[in-house]
Amino acid sequence: MKLIDFTAIYTIWLREMKRFFRARSRLIGSLAMPLFFLVFLGMGFNAAFKFSALPPGIDYIAFLAPGIIGMVLLFNSIASGLSVIWDRQFGFLKEIMVTPVSRVSIVLGKTVGGMTTAILQGFLILLIAVGIGFKITGVLGFLSSVICMILIATSFVCLGLVFASIINDMQGFHLIVNLFTFPIFILSSALFPLERLPLWLKYLSYINPLTYGVDGLRYSLIGVAHFSLTLDLIVLVCFCTLMICLSTYFFRSVAVD
Amino acid sequence: MEYAIEIEELSKKFGDFTAVSDINLNIEKGEIFGLLGPNGAGKTTTIKILATLLKPTSGFAEVWHHNIIKEQDAVRRSIGIVFQDPSIDTELTGRENLDFHARMYGLNKEEREKRINDVLDLVELNDRANVFVKFYSGGMQRRLEIARGLMHYPKVLFLDEPTLGLDAQTRRHVWEYIKRLNKEEMVTVVLTTHYMEEADYLCDRVGIIDHGKIIALDKPNNLKNAVGEDIISLQVSDGGKFSDILTKFGFIKGMKLHDDFLFLSVENGEKMIPRVMHLAHEEGFFVHSVSLRKPTLEDVFLTFTGRTIREQEASVKEQIRMKAKASMRMGGKR
Repeated sequence: MKLIDFTAIYTIWLREMKRFFRARSRLIGSLAMPLFFLVFLGMGFNAAFKFSALPPGIDYIAFLAPGIIGMVLLFNSIASGLSVIWDRQFGFLKEIMVTPVSRVSIVLGKTVGGMTTAILQGFLILLIAVGIGFKITGVLGFLSSVICMILIATSFVCLGLVFASIINDMQGFHLIVNLFTFPIFILSSALFPLERLPLWLKYLSYINPLTYGVDGLRYSLIGVAHFSLTLDLIVLVCFCTLMICLSTYFFRSVAVD
Repeated sequence: MEYAIEIEELSKKFGDFTAVSDINLNIEKGEIFGLLGPNGAGKTTTIKILATLLKPTSGFAEVWHHNIIKEQDAVRRSIGIVFQDPSIDTELTGRENLDFHARMYGLNKEEREKRINDVLDLVELNDRANVFVKFYSGGMQRRLEIARGLMHYPKVLFLDEPTLGLDAQTRRHVWEYIKRLNKEEMVTVVLTTHYMEEADYLCDRVGIIDHGKIIALDKPNNLKNAVGEDIISLQVSDGGKFSDILTKFGFIKGMKLHDDFLFLSVENGEKMIPRVMHLAHEEGFFVHSVSLRKPTLEDVFLTFTGRTIREQEASVKEQIRMKAKASMRMGGKR
C-alpha cells in the first residue's frame, strides 16, 4: 500500500469540494458571524475609541481585517473535523476505511479538503473587506498572506481531526471545540494589538500559535506587525508539522463500528 | 480444492466478552455461504475480522490466499463489503458514490465509466444514477451499496444482513440480485443473516453460529433432514382404522392420531402424499384435508441450541452489543 496515494487524496478532496459547494446555506451561515465582527465591531470601535497602541496611519478596520481572516480560518478549519464525525455517524467512514488506502493518505485527503474550504472562506472575507475599503500592500504581500492562510488552515484542520479521532459524538465535539477556539481567537491579537497588554496576557498570546498566524497575515496585508514575518513563518511551519503528525497518529486509532 | 476463505481457530474478545470463539471454517470458491444466527452471535464481528476492520485476538485466516493480518492491503483489494448499516454519502448522487469508490481503488477513467454502468445495470438503478442518494428508497440504497461492493471486481463479496429492514418484495428482489451477481460475476458471496428463509433460499451452504461458535455446517437441505422428517397431517374419516392399515407400510416412520387428525412422519413428504391419498381412496376412506410441514432452519437452530432464534434475539442482542461497544471504547483506544 502506497503511504501517500495521490489519487485517493484527490478523491477525498473532490468529495469535500462537492459537499462544500452544494451546502450554500451553511456557507452563508458560517460567514455571517465574522462579517458582523468585521463590519459592526470594526466600525463601532473605530468610531468610539482611539486605539493608542495602533501603529500610526492604521485605522482599526485595517487592523481588524487580517484578524477576522484568521478567525474564519481557525473556526472553519477546526470545524472540518466535524466531517469525520459526520462520516462516522452516517457510516461513510467505514466505506473509506475498508478501501486499500493508507490512513496517512486518508488524513491528507481530509486535511487538504478542509484546508481548501477554509481558505476559500478566508478569501471571501478578504474580498468583502477590500469591498468596504481595506487596502492590501501589494501582490507580494497577498502571496505571502496565502502562504500564511495555508499554514494556519492546515494546522487547525489537523487539530480538528485530532479532536474528531478522540471524540465520538457531535455534542462533545462542539463543546471541546468551543472550549479551545474562543481563547485561541481572543488571545491571538486578532481584535487588539499586543503592545500595551499586561505582561501575563502577553505571554499567553505568545504561546498561542494563531498569534503568529494573524501577525503574519497582518504583516503581509497591511505591512505592520508585532513580530517579523520570518519568525511568524518559522513558528507556523513548526506548529503545522506537529499537527500533521499528531493527526496522523491519532487517526490511526480511529475505530469503525 | 482451493478455498476462498480459510479460517483457523479464530477468536475475538472484547474485554471479558468472547464475541467469536475458536471458529474453524473453509469457504469454497464460487459458493454463496451463509452465516446464520441471532443478533449478537458473532456474525458481524467475524465479517469485520475477515475484512481487516478488526484484529482477531487469536487465530488466523486467509482471504483469497492473503493473510488478514500481514497482507491487509491485498485482502482489501480482493473483497467487497456491504455493511449492515448504510454507508453511502447521501449528499452525492448514486453515480458519484460509485465514482468515489472506483477512484479509491485506483480504477482509471475508462474502466470506471464502463464498470459503473455495468454494476448499475446489474441492480437496475441506471435511470436513478444521477439522483442524490437522499432521495432513494431503502431498497434502492441497499442495491446501490451492493453495486458499489462489486465495483472493483472483488473475488469475495461480504454482505452483512443484506435485507435487514427491507419489505418482503424488495427482499425478494435483492435475493435475485445476489444470485445473479454470484453467477454472472463469479464472485464468492459470504452473507450473514438471521432470516431462516434467506439462508435457505440463497445459500449453497450454511453455518449456524451461536455465542461465537459454529454449531452446525452443511447444505440447508442436509441440515433440515438431519433434525427430523417431514410431517404429513391428514384429516380423515375413521383415522384409527386408516392408521392400522398404514402401519403395514415401511415408508411411514411414525404415526400419531389426534382427534380425527392423523400425523405421519415420512421422508420426502411431497412424494409420499400421492401414495397416501391413493391408499385412502382404494381402502374407501375419505380425506377432508391434507397438509405437509417440512422442518425449517428454525427447527435446526432449535435442535442445536434448545432455543428459537427469535427468543434468543430479544434477550441477548442488546446486552451483548452494549458490552462489545463499551469494551471497544476502553480497550480499542490504542
